[in-house]
Amino acid sequence: MENQINNPVIHVDDLSFHYGDKNVLEHVTMEVKQGSFLGLVGPNGSGKSTLIKCILGLLKPQHGGVYLFGEKVQKFNKWEKVGYVSQKANSFNTAFPATAFEVVSMGLFGKVGLFRFLKASDKTKVWDALKSVNMEKFANQNIGELSGGQQQRIFIARALVSDPELLILDEPTVGVDIESSESFYKMLKNLHRDNHMTLVLVTHDVGVMTDYVTDVACLNKQIHFHGNTKEFEESSLDNLSAFYGHHVHVLHHDHEHE
Amino acid sequence: MLPFLKYEFLQNAFLTGIMVGLLAPILGVFIVVRRQALIADALSHITLAGIAANLLLGKWFTLFAGLNPIYFGMAFSVGGAIFIEQLRKVYKHYEELAIPIIMSAGIGLSVIFISMADGFNTDLFNYLFGSIIAVKQSDVWTVFVILVAVLLFVFFMYKELFVLSFDEEQGKLSGIRSNWILVAFMAITALVIAASMKIVGILLVSSLMTLPVAASIRIAKGFKQTIWLSVLFGEIAVISGMFLSYYLDLASGGTIVICLVFILSISIFYKKFTVSRKVV
Repeated sequence: MENQINNPVIHVDDLSFHYGDKNVLEHVTMEVKQGSFLGLVGPNGSGKSTLIKCILGLLKPQHGGVYLFGEKVQKFNKWEKVGYVSQKANSFNTAFPATAFEVVSMGLFGKVGLFRFLKASDKTKVWDALKSVNMEKFANQNIGELSGGQQQRIFIARALVSDPELLILDEPTVGVDIESSESFYKMLKNLHRDNHMTLVLVTHDVGVMTDYVTDVACLNKQIHFHGNTKEFEESSLDNLSAFYGHHVHVLHHDHEHE
Repeated sequence: MLPFLKYEFLQNAFLTGIMVGLLAPILGVFIVVRRQALIADALSHITLAGIAANLLLGKWFTLFAGLNPIYFGMAFSVGGAIFIEQLRKVYKHYEELAIPIIMSAGIGLSVIFISMADGFNTDLFNYLFGSIIAVKQSDVWTVFVILVAVLLFVFFMYKELFVLSFDEEQGKLSGIRSNWILVAFMAITALVIAASMKIVGILLVSSLMTLPVAASIRIAKGFKQTIWLSVLFGEIAVISGMFLSYYLDLASGGTIVICLVFILSISIFYKKFTVSRKVV
């Protein structure tokens, strides 16, 4: 598999993961081709974030493996090719004393390397990333003073600053108001169209997502559907009922994330 | 030259104080944003055990009597720091438990060593609360070596420390080997705590790491500015505290801490004042 010339950007190969004796992912196999925009959907607790963390090598699956750009994730070291935006709205310390500019510049640290400093050209990259998310006016504001939607844009800018080929977003609009989340999705669509970036968007919001993505994967411990958006919409009724089943209720009332 | 700097012991104290006033707040910024403010307290108590052990050994063997207790304090403190990192792995879901464990172990050992050495003496009192008269020439050089080491570490590892403090996940994705950096950081924190004890005293050393940061974090824009302001506040407090301590004949640790509390209250009121004006 690794030696193929046209490698998929992400290849998940028969991956299983469990916390203790609780199975979270069972035999997940999935490919993300270059230039696609994948929507990864599933109810809460379906293992979406766990799968993403396995893909990024932050968690080690008990069975199977992940290949990024054709290389096994444990050996992969070109992390500047990968941008990642996690569920920050829920987790990060909003009182952290860092400006938007400083947060975005963190995205370059992997590229710059140990014992080195940011050059003037790196600072230009930070400005460009801030401009691409329309946040250059807020560069010198502390991150905690920005709204949820603005913070999320800063984290996108941090993921974009190293000019990645793959951008992974884990529920980026959680805690963001509807208006800014719509313009947020539009921004992602533009990134995908103009920069030929491969995108993976994790969400439980099936409705909004299908307007923007090219492919859909439904996950609930296992992959229940994996195909392009057209196929998904055609088979959508069958899929959704089979897939969400009695979980539909859970989807709307349970706001906890795995 | 200021009249009271004629005396060599005061020159020593001032040099040491100025270095400590720079070191403690720099490390304090990283400690506070990682929400580990209490670690400084735990390490200072284990440092006390090291000093007490040295005093006891000095009583038994003349070989140890001439040794500067700062070295024993440092050895205990660094050992405690490494132990805390290990305990945090053992109690993954109760990371803060490591702090009371080390703190009580430190106090327990100190009390045992002190009682075996037949109780308190003025030396020990100086280490607890700080005394500028007790600073020796050898202390100045020890602190200077630590100063150079810490400044080099923070200067070259700034990016890494910054990312790891903000979010460790991003750090791992940037390919940063978080483990050894965090252990090294804890070790130099332990050294700085041991180095600061002659000036501010073991019981008050954590305040020199956290109070300047508490004041600057309210008004600073950005991380670098937080560091500069913390150092500025730390230096103001150390220098004015030592002046007051000398002229009013007070314990230096106490006067420095009260100066810090004063600066902190100004920053809190300043922020309140400017924010309410913005609203109007």
